[in-house]
Amino acid sequence: MVKSTPPFGFAIKRDDEKCIRCQACARMCSNDVHAYDAEKDIIVSDSTKCVGCHFCEAICPTSALTVERTQSQYRENFNWTAEVINDIKSQAGSGGVILTGMGCDKPYTNYWDRIVLNASQVTNPSIDPLREPMELKTFIGRKPDRIEMGSPEGPKLETEIPHQLELEAPIMFSAMSYGSISYNACFALARAASDFGTFWNTGEGGLHRDFYRYGPRTIVQVASGRFGVTREYLNTGAAIEIKIGQGAKPGIGGHLPGEKVTEPISETRMIPAGTDALSPAPHHDIYSIEDLRQLIYALKEATRYRKPVGVKIAAVHNVAPISSGIVRAGADFIVIDGMRGGTGAAPKVTRDNVGIPIEIATAVVDSRLREEGIRNQASLVVAGGFRKSSDVIKAIALGADAVYVATSALVAMGCTICQKCYTGKCNWGIATQDPYLTKRLNPEIATRRLKNLLRAWSLEIKEMMGGMGINAIESLRGNREQLRGVGLSEMELKMLGIKSVGEAW
Amino acid sequence: MKKIRIREKYCMGCRLCEIYCAVQHSKSKDLVKAYRGEYPKPVPRILVEEKDYLSFAIQCRHCEDAPCIGACITGAMSRDPKSGAVLCDENKCVGCWMCIMMCPFGVIGRGKEKKVISKCDLCVGEKEPACVKNCPNEALVLEEE
Repeated sequence: MVKSTPPFGFAIKRDDEKCIRCQACARMCSNDVHAYDAEKDIIVSDSTKCVGCHFCEAICPTSALTVERTQSQYRENFNWTAEVINDIKSQAGSGGVILTGMGCDKPYTNYWDRIVLNASQVTNPSIDPLREPMELKTFIGRKPDRIEMGSPEGPKLETEIPHQLELEAPIMFSAMSYGSISYNACFALARAASDFGTFWNTGEGGLHRDFYRYGPRTIVQVASGRFGVTREYLNTGAAIEIKIGQGAKPGIGGHLPGEKVTEPISETRMIPAGTDALSPAPHHDIYSIEDLRQLIYALKEATRYRKPVGVKIAAVHNVAPISSGIVRAGADFIVIDGMRGGTGAAPKVTRDNVGIPIEIATAVVDSRLREEGIRNQASLVVAGGFRKSSDVIKAIALGADAVYVATSALVAMGCTICQKCYTGKCNWGIATQDPYLTKRLNPEIATRRLKNLLRAWSLEIKEMMGGMGINAIESLRGNREQLRGVGLSEMELKMLGIKSVGEAW
Repeated sequence: MKKIRIREKYCMGCRLCEIYCAVQHSKSKDLVKAYRGEYPKPVPRILVEEKDYLSFAIQCRHCEDAPCIGACITGAMSRDPKSGAVLCDENKCVGCWMCIMMCPFGVIGRGKEKKVISKCDLCVGEKEPACVKNCPNEALVLEEE
């Protein structure tokens, strides 16, 4: 039969009037799309290899290039979309699982876009954040059940407060391991978090020696592969996070291919260079909440009870009862990662079909912990596809203490979400270990851009809070009266614990 | 004086510095016009050196004890008292190429149009040299020495 390969998805348009044959595109593309033909003095672009990362477009000095999505020529129908047909064709050729990167891109309802915020009118004054102080400071960690204020001389806090993470804004950088992203990308995240006053997360790949100095602003992760976990590592971080699952691929482990395990990564992960870094799907020592409690306390022992220990799980159907178990197991914070959360590599079928959206998960977990009277025992950090400041503020109002962002941070560093992280050929120098590519990400520029993003979102959050007449993020936390649902079913509104638009207080 | 510092670890070898340098020293100072309309084609005064994944852009270092000034037989090569840059007066240059022989960095070239040398002039009159301004990854920075 005729070899049936899926058609390509992008067309490169070159404006020949503008192309000066400088060949920057040809030199830069890691997918070898562009090539200079000296005989004809033209640059030939092979669109079939293009992944749509837009790096050539960005580097072209005369803006002669445009990367466009091409329309498939199939006779598509509602069920048999071009994507479905292409996937079958590709699998019929390869006989394997389809890999992909980043988060779920399927059009499940995005509840953030169906929730609207409140604002003050007449009966309560709004606040101008440019003229009056606004507080975004957030503390992550176990809060005491009650506090004792005593002393005859005046009020003095007598209760001992457990160790807390202090955030300048309720936004942290989510876990991305050194290995899945480049040294420079980790460096930028660490520095931006330190400068701004928030936290970044090592992911499961250990902490490179050079980044130990950012320890006070680092959350160190302990995952099923236990890469790079030592007592020193645990004590260097400000907090420890046990990773059980990831939103993009709940129930699935990780696999960093051997070619990405370079010398420094092998040192950081404590595995031989060039070998595959395999994270098992479960922690083989955790098969129950009781087992989890043992690990939590083992880590607390190892750090002399000085660091908050959290547990990260993917948002799945039973997320609320599992979270309750995690809090009862002794976690100081829980991280819930929704199905739109990103990844460096995951089977496409898992990424697009497993898990639940973070909006619902946030609401049900917060409600469950409140009902059980244990909400104060752990902070709730939510993750998975936070695209803008309004998503963040809505999550806080639904009951989250803080959010984790990763995809947005990558976009700030140049990423265009082409979903090819797993190829290791990231033209932007982020999801790659190729020395030709990693140096394209100047951590100084990336740090600046990440800090700008945090600053911009903080300003916007203050702006929206001011509109609601709220001057501290603490007053908004779990304040679902500030939210209303648009176009949602009764059941969805019930799950989110919010009223419909039009319903008054 | 302010000099261009090379940060090779951020140079990705895109050679945009060469392109912008050439255009800055072209007649039209316009990217498309300079490359598509001018003859001879503009030549850059900066050069990207590459070996495997190491690359960096090098241009005249404007040395403190510039050997090219001593080697110049006509006095065309001199130090600009204001900026401290080593500049060549094209009206005096006779194209003997002695400076090219002497330059320890190999960053002086021969002009294409006239028989005079071509070298980095730190884009005198501009706020920032074209290569520094247009490096997409800030691999070239202008710094007070």
